[in-house]
Amino acid sequence: MLKIQNLHVSIEDKAILNGLNLEVNPGEVHAIMGPNGSGKSTLSAVIAGNEDYEVTKGNIFYKDENIEDLSAEERAHKGIFMSFQYPVEIPGVTVTNFIKTAINSNLKARGLKEMPANEMLKNIRNKAALLEIDSKFLSRSLNEGFSGGEKKRNEIFQMAMLNPTLAILDETDSGLDIDALRIVANGVNKLRNENNAIIVITHYQRLLDHIIPDYVHVLQDGKIAKSGDKNLALQLEEKGYDWI
Amino acid sequence: MSLKEKLVSSFLAFELDADINSDVHDIRSKSIKEFEKIGFPDKKHEYWKYTPIKKVLNEKLTIFKKKRHLIEFEKVKDFFLGGIESYKIVLIDGMYDPLWSNTTHKGADICILSSVLENEKYSNVISKYFNKIIDHKESFSLLNSSFSKEGAYIHVPKNIELDKPIEIIHINSGGESSLMLQPRNLIILEKGSKAQIVESHYSLIGNNISPYTFPGYIDPLTNTLTEIHLEENANLDYYKIQNDLETTSIIDNTYINQKKNSTASCHTFSFGGNIVRNNLNFFQNGKNINSIMKGITILGSNQHTDHHTLVHHASPNCESYQEYKGIYNDKSTGVFNGKVVVDKIAQKINAFQQNNNLLVGDHSSVNTKPQLEIFADDVKCSHGCTIGQLDKSALFYLKTRGIAEKEAKGLLTYAFANNVLENVKMQVLKTKIKKIIAKKIGVNLGFEL
Repeated sequence: MLKIQNLHVSIEDKAILNGLNLEVNPGEVHAIMGPNGSGKSTLSAVIAGNEDYEVTKGNIFYKDENIEDLSAEERAHKGIFMSFQYPVEIPGVTVTNFIKTAINSNLKARGLKEMPANEMLKNIRNKAALLEIDSKFLSRSLNEGFSGGEKKRNEIFQMAMLNPTLAILDETDSGLDIDALRIVANGVNKLRNENNAIIVITHYQRLLDHIIPDYVHVLQDGKIAKSGDKNLALQLEEKGYDWI
Repeated sequence: MSLKEKLVSSFLAFELDADINSDVHDIRSKSIKEFEKIGFPDKKHEYWKYTPIKKVLNEKLTIFKKKRHLIEFEKVKDFFLGGIESYKIVLIDGMYDPLWSNTTHKGADICILSSVLENEKYSNVISKYFNKIIDHKESFSLLNSSFSKEGAYIHVPKNIELDKPIEIIHINSGGESSLMLQPRNLIILEKGSKAQIVESHYSLIGNNISPYTFPGYIDPLTNTLTEIHLEENANLDYYKIQNDLETTSIIDNTYINQKKNSTASCHTFSFGGNIVRNNLNFFQNGKNINSIMKGITILGSNQHTDHHTLVHHASPNCESYQEYKGIYNDKSTGVFNGKVVVDKIAQKINAFQQNNNLLVGDHSSVNTKPQLEIFADDVKCSHGCTIGQLDKSALFYLKTRGIAEKEAKGLLTYAFANNVLENVKMQVLKTKIKKIIAKKIGVNLGFEL
């Protein structure tokens, strides 16, 4: 599904990724771990299509298509989703109105009709229940005054609504208490299936107790320094990153 | 003949039928004499530094209207709030239009000023309130006072809360070239009374619905003045909708005098106009007064809007709150000048002022200036202003959700302006403004507002 070959990325002439390779297949969950500044967030931003980053070398193939020239919204239309570490606040636009706009934008881009209001409502209710979000929350302005946990739950709620093929969760565990972590992880697990793939980007092993990865990669100095299974995460928790 | 000379010489003809012994005639005569002395301001005046008002002072302008233009309801219905009942004062080309107006003398006086000014029955009220809080050094106020005759007269008696909002609607029919209009409103809220007023400016021409369009047409210049007196515990919500064509111009002087425990809020929505200048002046005379000024300005092409606010804190324990947002597209320009004067006696006041601007057009610009003159030592005065572009990371966020760039920008622009609408209590008005904003931004927001 996702094939990253020898990826080099810089921002404002500063090289951040230096020859990264990664292959993700349908049904898989990959965890990417690494110290601060290793390029984890850059990787997610580049896959999602942030134009602040410049790909200087290498390729990203998604479903066998080179996506280098696609805008962020075009990537979204093709099923790529990113959960943000710091979701943006939009006063005056409710969670419900925002998700409606997003869903219908995607349908329109795929040449489909807008979702009928009753179907939308049913869908919103079901997905909100999955993340234990109550209806009052849905009529609040997007992310405005949300707690850390509410923001992350809202991100996964959007993921549930948009039903992506490839989801990148950037530090979804940061700022979460243990209950919120459980709810978020539970939501993600319910969305897992054999047709989609998830990349979990995290500092800590604790999220991986809840979302069990098939592969764990350590990102260091802009490349994958080591790959393994879930046990690698446990080793990192114990020994830190220095031993690699 | 210059415009100034022309206006001065028009005065005699204007006052031909007036009762020369009346107070009002006296006020008009004094005002025109004063205007003749000082004339029009130019960019050398600090107060007018960033607004090239000369551009719209066309010497062809005249205060005399040739004929009356009737307009079908179909063509003006969108100018009304709609959906709720309201009192209405409709002025077409500056002239009262009884057909679409809805006035009253029951419970409160909501009618036209001309019917009151020289009426014996109202002489006490007029001598107490008319032309009492005007800046006698301000050219356009003087000019308006010289020709003050038509406009809204609103007098709400003690402890009365009006059952319906009041709409004051100025419509340019497009049938009269080069009009200089001088509408004048007098609003009095007695002790403990409460009112909501929406004043708006529209034109028929340009929407291709004016039956009167002709070549060589010169757009009108509206020089409006509103004088508002709030007695103790009175409460007023005033909304100005300036959604005229991009070719018409407005100079709006509003003076609000507040007595103790009163609250006045004024929202100014500036979307239309070639040059629009708002001078909004609040005078606080009594304890526990609250004055609120909010504004949203969205401009494009070569439009220019200037907001000059003044709050004069002359009493202790009062508050003032100002929040103005501006969105400037293309080559449009804006000014915000927020003056706050705190007298020595006005201790323990809280004055807040914020002006945020979004420069969307590469050639757009804004001049923003807080102007604080504080003579008391135990006060809280804060001010802030920002000028910037849309947040790139926010834009990226929306795009990753599949929302196209244009819609994403629209959504963020809408969100930027939106919180100014929080205190708009009238739901129909809120929806109307949101729709105008969505249209101005040029996007379908994809949901019901």
